[in-house]
Amino acid sequence: MKPTDISDPNYFHKVVDCQWACPAHTPVPEYIRLIAEKRYTDAYMINWHSNVFPGILGRTCDRPCEPACRRGRVEEEPVAICRLKRVAADYKSDIADRLPQVPTEKNGRHIALIGGGPASLTVARDLMPLGYEITLFEKDKLTGGAMRTQIPRFRLPGEVLDEELNYILQMGVNCRFGEEITSMRAILDEGYDAIFVGTGAPLGKWLDLPGHEEARDNIHTGIEWLASVAFEHISSIGKNVLVLGGGNTAMDCCRTSKRIGGEQVSVVVRSGFDEMKASPWEIEDAMNEDIPILNFHVPKRYITKNGKLVAMEFEKVRKEVDADGKRRLVPTGEEPATLACDDVLCAIGQENSFPWIERDLGIEFDQWEVPILNKSTFQSTHEKVFFGGDAALGPDNIITAVAHGHDAAISIHMLCEKQDISTRPNPITNLSSQKMGIHQWSYDNDISADLRFAVPHADKKKTLNDINIEVELGFDEQLAFNETMRCLNCDVQTVFTDKLCIECDACVDICPTDCISFTQNQNEPDLRRNLLAPADNEEQDLYVSDKLLTGRIMAKNEDLCLHCGLCAERCPTNAWDMHKYLFNTAKAENACQS
Amino acid sequence: MSYINKPKFKHPKMQANDIGLTRRDYEGTLTTLCGGCGHDSISAAIIQAAADMSLEPHRVAKISGIGCSSKIPSYFLNKAHGFNSVHGRMPSVATGANIANKELYYIGISGDGDSASIGLGQFCHIVRRRINMLYIVANNGTYGLTKGQLSATADLGSKTKSGEESQFDNIDMATLAIELGASFVARSFSGDKKQLIPLIQAGLTHKGFAFIDVVSPCVTFNNTDFSTHGYKNTWENHIALNGVDFVPMREEITTSYAPGKEKEITLHDGSVVHLHKTGNNYYPTDKENALHHINEHKKQGKIATGLLYINQSTSDLHELQETVDKPLNSLGNQELCPGSEALNDINNTFR
Repeated sequence: MKPTDISDPNYFHKVVDCQWACPAHTPVPEYIRLIAEKRYTDAYMINWHSNVFPGILGRTCDRPCEPACRRGRVEEEPVAICRLKRVAADYKSDIADRLPQVPTEKNGRHIALIGGGPASLTVARDLMPLGYEITLFEKDKLTGGAMRTQIPRFRLPGEVLDEELNYILQMGVNCRFGEEITSMRAILDEGYDAIFVGTGAPLGKWLDLPGHEEARDNIHTGIEWLASVAFEHISSIGKNVLVLGGGNTAMDCCRTSKRIGGEQVSVVVRSGFDEMKASPWEIEDAMNEDIPILNFHVPKRYITKNGKLVAMEFEKVRKEVDADGKRRLVPTGEEPATLACDDVLCAIGQENSFPWIERDLGIEFDQWEVPILNKSTFQSTHEKVFFGGDAALGPDNIITAVAHGHDAAISIHMLCEKQDISTRPNPITNLSSQKMGIHQWSYDNDISADLRFAVPHADKKKTLNDINIEVELGFDEQLAFNETMRCLNCDVQTVFTDKLCIECDACVDICPTDCISFTQNQNEPDLRRNLLAPADNEEQDLYVSDKLLTGRIMAKNEDLCLHCGLCAERCPTNAWDMHKYLFNTAKAENACQS
Repeated sequence: MSYINKPKFKHPKMQANDIGLTRRDYEGTLTTLCGGCGHDSISAAIIQAAADMSLEPHRVAKISGIGCSSKIPSYFLNKAHGFNSVHGRMPSVATGANIANKELYYIGISGDGDSASIGLGQFCHIVRRRINMLYIVANNGTYGLTKGQLSATADLGSKTKSGEESQFDNIDMATLAIELGASFVARSFSGDKKQLIPLIQAGLTHKGFAFIDVVSPCVTFNNTDFSTHGYKNTWENHIALNGVDFVPMREEITTSYAPGKEKEITLHDGSVVHLHKTGNNYYPTDKENALHHINEHKKQGKIATGLLYINQSTSDLHELQETVDKPLNSLGNQELCPGSEALNDINNTFR
């Protein structure tokens, strides 16, 4: 193998698994260390700069960071990254003086944002401090988008939502509430320098089965129903409720039903329990509220009596995997199951929808009516029109929408500055030694062996009776501290200088997880097999040195490194040193600087 | 030393051995030696060797004297028996322990100061006594614990860190052991675990006195370009007279070598040592030939390593003394003190 090029900004970024997995690339270990030091406000601001909604995401994020967490590979469970983020938000002090200054004198450019969800607001957050004038169109009377309409208040309290939305709106965003856009042509005609479309995926899917017409009054699509509950247009539901679907929307629907009148609330899914799309912790929370989940039930028809929905019929199936490994659901041949119900909530998917964009404006759509975009600039085929969030690539999550917003803001800024928007600004990186003394590092390398700490919940008796009582209480300061100590500090990198190495094996002997080998150079597959301990996780790189004195090379398997720094402590020549690698994606403010 | 303990996390695919232990279970406390000390690699090699052999830790006794080397037993097999004795007196304690209980594996760890200076007399006599044990000298050619004076194994012309040149010929512990009748003599290098680990395994299995002289650089006081015991010189000049593989008794032999390229030595318990030729046409059963090869290499500034000498036909102390089958420490009062009638019988044999 060739020696590893550690000057490639992606090399060490990839080692920080959580940050690499985060769509917005939040510097996770850095803020976790700050929480450990009780520097909650500093921790919050690191989050705020990269993911804009730390308090919201600390409660609702899909947490792509956690399955990626290295801790999950050396122990059972990852660090509770998401809930630590909430700790930063819960315990921070006033941040008003830390927010970017918005110039009173504008730069003369005017941007329109369509839809008031996380993607649009991120664009506003990035461009307002640069002097842009921004007009935001929102069909509802409040911003927040899906964060407000699809996430129930018992998971995300209104004041947390409003606080973080207001940080942005108070920068002076010109909001046009209650205006449902019906024509993109009309918006274009208003003469904006750029238009960002962040309208989400607002169309819930119906399940059109026999009996649908007659039962219509008691069949709802999950997201529209959740929005109606959020805006208090709906405040009750029948006693027997069936929720169809196995995603996070279904979990929110069943838990919401349980709080506004549903007594027998069940979730019904077509396939197996372990194939459900919902996040495991959301399934767990629903089950904790005594909501049964029936799997392998395929809905067949709505049953009505006197023109009113009374039940649904399901075919029972089982999973079969054929010779090609293709999975099929096969009827078991049992009697169909009939489940009584007063209301049905369909949470089986959602789509984006652009009936308001005329098709002769130069904004092209593919065969599925999804806008054709450049995936890194988020520019459509119309130079001035950008898409982000669910509107861009279909239903995803909040943190992805935020990441789109940051990228689109860069593109819009570069477009306005007449620069080539395909040449993206470099990330901001810094690699610095953490050595304080012979055995002292400026980070705490003595990681805790504790298992993951659970977040305390409020009493079920209380929360099930009031839709506005938050279920999760969040970590207290002591629990939070204990959880931070589980973080392996993967951003503190093991940096190897081959010229200093005397091949004494001290690092090999001390490494707790057998990451380091000195061996003859080989091609990558052979090397992976022949290390001290095999490196079979190919998603994780090998860090390979140049030739050493004996003609061997040093090869380190990044996969299981605990970043404990013992290799560097035992190294007599400083060939190993621990360097903190800070990586921040470029934002609009970093573009157009040369 | 380090301020933190070694984290307990281990490679998730680390295999357990035949008795359900992983290599991590054979570790000791965290080392307090200098980072980069060869002695730590010796600990690591012993840990690996013991884990691979599925040794039961409670059936091992670790005995040492005084010096950096003699701290090593703290850093491996913390479930084994241990005795950190007086300077240069490890052989006496090892002898006593072995007499009392011949069923344990004995690992004596010493250094060049402990064995070639203050304890040289003790060393000579334990070799003569043929105690069934593995005796390792962690040889760095310097008195590290007293800040880097020349030791008795420092080669003629080798210099201390402060520039003092050795004016005397060195004591070569390996040739001394061969001459005094050791039945297993090897030399290795702490940096070369591929060689050291099988030698430790073979030495532990060998019935009789097994000696390994391990060049183990002192990274703080004797790792200069003008020292013959530093990493650089040893990497460049250690020459293996043979390649060594160890196959424990219970394992099937799966590797095969081209005819003439390899010789097998079957140890008393059925384990096999495979010796690969390395171009030296060397076979380690001839004492004179062994001494000749070691000295020839030395003349050229080279360090001969590998299995230097083995003789399986000698008896160990217990066999020579015809001690009873049971370990002496397990004999009861009745057996040890059979009464006046038995004494009379013995006395009658002298009349």
